[in-house]
Amino acid sequence: MSKPKIATTSLAGCFGCHMSLLDIDERILKLIELVDFDKSPIDDIKEFTGRCAIGLIEGGCANEDNVHVLQEFRKHCDILVAVGDCAIMGDIPAMRNNIPLKECLEEAYLNGPSIHNPEKVMPNDKELPLCLDRVYPCHEVVKIDYSLPGCPPGADTIWQALVALLNNKPLELPYELIKYD
Amino acid sequence: MSEQITFTIDGVEIKDKAGQTIMQAADEAGIYIPRLCRHPDLPPRGSCRVCTVFVNGKPQAACTQPIAEGMTVENDTPELKESRRNIIDMLFIEGNHFCMFCEKSGNCELQALAYRLGILSPKYPYFFPKKDVDSTHPDIFLDLNRCILCGRCVEASRDVDHKGVFEFVGRGIEKKIAVNAEADLKDTDFAATDKAADVCPVGAINKKRTAFSTPIGKRLYDTKPIGSEIEERKK
Repeated sequence: MSKPKIATTSLAGCFGCHMSLLDIDERILKLIELVDFDKSPIDDIKEFTGRCAIGLIEGGCANEDNVHVLQEFRKHCDILVAVGDCAIMGDIPAMRNNIPLKECLEEAYLNGPSIHNPEKVMPNDKELPLCLDRVYPCHEVVKIDYSLPGCPPGADTIWQALVALLNNKPLELPYELIKYD
Repeated sequence: MSEQITFTIDGVEIKDKAGQTIMQAADEAGIYIPRLCRHPDLPPRGSCRVCTVFVNGKPQAACTQPIAEGMTVENDTPELKESRRNIIDMLFIEGNHFCMFCEKSGNCELQALAYRLGILSPKYPYFFPKKDVDSTHPDIFLDLNRCILCGRCVEASRDVDHKGVFEFVGRGIEKKIAVNAEADLKDTDFAATDKAADVCPVGAINKKRTAFSTPIGKRLYDTKPIGSEIEERKK
């Protein structure tokens, strides 16, 4: 029987949650026995090669590409897990949510104290994904099956969750592993 | 008052003096009733409704309701757990609770209740409201992003410190804590030694230069759930 597949992605996140996944240390050898990685920055596979059992989402949706990738994950994964506070509630990127997007961009590219931009150019290359009006937590864009809070969630949290989900067990985290920071 | 009263909480028989509230009697018996706005040094307000229990089938705030002979109190039921979870969920989405950089994280009663209730996922869309931060005071900063409107600071400043630094203004979703001054917190006589500076359950009222002094793992609620100190009293 072929191994179940896992896909991972980092949307509007800092890759800290992926670092936390790597923090499972030597258990990563066990993980490789249990699963194959599909689309993921860990193996650098860019497109889905087939159906995945679990999709791990880091980061919320800050731009249209994030939304597209998240929708692709929902389409290809049986179980979608929001990993970390950015995926769950937008987090640091979502601090812009009560400031109008125009003001944010002007502060970043025109008015900020360290900006040197005499031509007053705003990035508008069509290759760049458009920013959304605000940062959306993943559960406001697609159906999310499980959430692992934390910034980042600890390696033990991610490991216990993966082992439970891969063995069709209920995801029950002990008190010490539920952390929002 | 020395009249003895006998009643039950979740089927456990409790004996206590008349005049005690359900919460006081439960605390003494080592039964934890989750609470948020209640502070042991301040009079109960019954405003957050986290401590709601069913008394003879009717919902009552355990922090204000006195005990009565023969009453049946339900506390630890799936229905009440769900309603407490809903209150906590709504408090999280109504404010801007960024635990990862909050000075209060690990010692926060809102966060601790969420941990105790096992909240992993949000249930509702976030509001991301625009709220003010007042850092004008030399020793204290006020971050309304994190305020849950429990009213502890209002009571402590008015009744304990006799200063009346804080008060509620506005109604409904516009309701917020305001300071009693023309402009900012620096214009009040608020001091870091005031009771009101110590009662905030969340990270809304913070003493400057004291943040992050306790390492992760040693903070109040890192390893033990909120309320376990009460449950340890159980014989």
